[in-house]
Amino acid sequence: MSQNKEIKENHAEDIQHHIKVYVNVFIALAILTVVTVAVSFLDVSFIEAFFIAITVATIKGSLVLSFFMHLLEEKPAVIWILATTMVAFLILMFIPLISLTDQANAW
Amino acid sequence: MSDNHHHEENFIQKYVFSVDHKVIGLQYGVTSLLFLLFGFLLMAVMRYQLAYPETVIPYIGEWFFSESGGVMLPENYNTLGAMHGTIMIFLGVVPLAVGAFGNYLVPLQIGAPDMAFPKLNAASYWSYFVGGVIMIASFFTPEGAARSGWTSYPPLSIFESGQTMWLLSMIFLITSSLLGSMNIIVTIVQLRAPGLTWFRLPFFIWAQLVTSFLLVLAFPPLESAAILQLMDRLAGTSFFLPSGLVYAGSAVEAYGSGSPLLWQHLFWFLAHPEVYVLILPAIGIVGEIIANNTRKPLWGYKSLVYAISFLGFMSFIVWAHHMFLTGMGQSMSAFFQLTTMIISIPSVVVLTAFFLSLWGGSIRFNTPMLFALSFLPMFGIGGLTGLPLGVAASDIFLHDTYYVIGHFHYVVAPGTLFALFAGIYYWFPKITGKRMSESLGKLHFWPSLIFMNGIFMPMFIQGLAGLSRRMYDGGQSYAHASDILQWNEFMTISAFCLGFAQIPFVLNIIISLSGKLTGERNPWDSTTIEWSAPSPPLPHVNFDSEIEVHHGPYEYSVPGKDEDFSPQTSP
Amino acid sequence: MSNIPYILEERPDTGMNNSKLGIWIFIASEIMLFGGLFSAYVFLRIAAPEGDFDYWGSKLSVPMATFNTLLLITSSVTMVMSWASLKLQQYDKYKMYLGITILCGLAFLVVKYFEYTGKFHHGIYPSSSTYMGIYFTLTGLHVLHIIGGLLVLVFFFTKQADKMWEQDQELLANRIEITGLYWHFVDLVWIFLFPILYLL
Repeated sequence: MSQNKEIKENHAEDIQHHIKVYVNVFIALAILTVVTVAVSFLDVSFIEAFFIAITVATIKGSLVLSFFMHLLEEKPAVIWILATTMVAFLILMFIPLISLTDQANAW
Repeated sequence: MSDNHHHEENFIQKYVFSVDHKVIGLQYGVTSLLFLLFGFLLMAVMRYQLAYPETVIPYIGEWFFSESGGVMLPENYNTLGAMHGTIMIFLGVVPLAVGAFGNYLVPLQIGAPDMAFPKLNAASYWSYFVGGVIMIASFFTPEGAARSGWTSYPPLSIFESGQTMWLLSMIFLITSSLLGSMNIIVTIVQLRAPGLTWFRLPFFIWAQLVTSFLLVLAFPPLESAAILQLMDRLAGTSFFLPSGLVYAGSAVEAYGSGSPLLWQHLFWFLAHPEVYVLILPAIGIVGEIIANNTRKPLWGYKSLVYAISFLGFMSFIVWAHHMFLTGMGQSMSAFFQLTTMIISIPSVVVLTAFFLSLWGGSIRFNTPMLFALSFLPMFGIGGLTGLPLGVAASDIFLHDTYYVIGHFHYVVAPGTLFALFAGIYYWFPKITGKRMSESLGKLHFWPSLIFMNGIFMPMFIQGLAGLSRRMYDGGQSYAHASDILQWNEFMTISAFCLGFAQIPFVLNIIISLSGKLTGERNPWDSTTIEWSAPSPPLPHVNFDSEIEVHHGPYEYSVPGKDEDFSPQTSP
Repeated sequence: MSNIPYILEERPDTGMNNSKLGIWIFIASEIMLFGGLFSAYVFLRIAAPEGDFDYWGSKLSVPMATFNTLLLITSSVTMVMSWASLKLQQYDKYKMYLGITILCGLAFLVVKYFEYTGKFHHGIYPSSSTYMGIYFTLTGLHVLHIIGGLLVLVFFFTKQADKMWEQDQELLANRIEITGLYWHFVDLVWIFLFPILYLL
């Protein structure tokens, strides 16, 4: 049977520092949520509203990815896989859209 | 360290829910070969109908079409067509190429004891199995099996019978694929033996790696599309139903404002990379067999690796060449024509490299090599006939004709399938420790090659003459098709002969399996790592010695060495 | 456990262990899964008559969804805190944070239950419009992912986790890290779902 395997103790200080970061990110996310909702009541065109919403969501998402999911400290392999996925995602989002607006006949 | 060594496994653990990649690979192999046979039988019935339309089908007629007096109805033909395509692609070729060959060989070729996630591996097989059961069960429901084409285009697929079970089955099959391909990627990245650097990987492994990336990224949108189509069928939504739709004479009661084009985009976003999933493992197998049987390294190994990586990337931006006739505007049409032309380049690089690999080689014409060699011109014909389809101007004429059927069958049938046969003959001694008969192998090969061409070559003639696909009477009611209809009988007879030509293959397997266990490790004098394992490889650990890699994968005929090959693991 | 290398130990040249790479690839496939549905949303919005999506979208409750957003963000931070506690060998804190994560997830489901039944009560179903169709499908798939995640989280709250902590602490920490990555991803999807469905 395997012996009791203990967690190595040498990362304690590192983790404590990380905890401060987690709390700060949480606060930032909460504030950004309120911002998103508040901004949605502004009288702007759809395109402007869309860009603001997506920008704020992207900032929030980046915070979750970078700090909660440790992407900032992650190895290149993972970052490359995600980058490739994002390219595929953008292709999936945009090309059907462009096809729709580039119709031979009117809608 | 490992506490399974003394753990006695019962029958269920050892053979049914095994987590050993070799058992799982064989499970995939046997299941997929049975599905291929079933798909072939569906096609045989279709081809009989096409040759002799409006006649009573022998035996099948009285068993299945008794209500119409033994004659096939149009909806029966549509069912056969839709299910033949679906079963061959999703239950046959991909599970064989990726699930069987991938699972069995990837750990062995990289010197690993198993896949990275053995339990997940078992889960992915059983998910495939459940999906297969649902797909076959759909034949026995009152509604019958799906009949809206393997492409399941709405609005037809929203109202037609049998589609719900097709969609449910696809969800299980897609899940199986996702789990399996994720496993393959992690295995290749993480479990390579010491010394096995990226450019020392056998080409087969590169092919499986690119294939798995395609599956991971391209399949999920089809899963979402399947969910949307299920919602349309079951929850009354109208994701794919336009406003003002009239079906079978009455107005459809749905909200409308949906779009059939949405399905086409989501479907083909997968289905185009899917065809590269069908061909890449085959290309990998052919590369291995050519290197081995020319006693030379593969020509242009790096070019091959870059070519298939580029191919994988490009495969995501060509899909709308299946949609040229949907009223697409000029800019989009030009974009997709351009990317489609560009994607033909890596295929040419691959074929060229393979042809050049033959130059100056000491070619051994054993059964695996015969199948692998025939792959080259067959895939060549398939690929070349794709070009007029990729150019919108000619595609306007050829779309939805028999030309398309000829094109894609050439790449998958005498293309991929021949490569998979080659792989079976090649790796059979490793998997079983026994030899297959060369005479029966050649008796399988030559008729298969001839009859494959007999079935599919006339399809180009029919397509160019304008014969549409998916017509249950084979074109009899179309006046313009009258002078090319005589090919139908010729093609049907070829199809039946092709079926008989598989008998030597089945006999060969049965006889060889009951033959003597020679346990020969490396009967082909090959260099790659799997040939260092015992035949068959040891359960759960594969190898009986530490694996360390010191060479590239194709060190054949190295000047100055005694033997004409240096295994990757030799010092 | 078995003879497969790099289950916990990091492979020197890639710097990762197997499950870390595995879960990221799984997350990549999930991005494409939700991507298919987001792509459908965009397509359907452009295809719909002018103002159609605004009309149906206004029937959704922004306060409920904002509350749900805050619930998930909280569950995300408590998830990563539970992992950090394990790394600091504070098992009780791990259990506490994990418990809060599970409660937040359950609360999210409760709110969603009220949202859905509220709609049904007013005769609004997925079939009522393409907007409602894509709303129910997107949030429904997200709910299924929350349920899946909760099942795993609850498993790690049981005696099985206690046993794992006794036998192999690094293994449990690794498993919680991997589960956490999945959970954060589910939060990430909602971060985009919320403004797109409720605010635009």
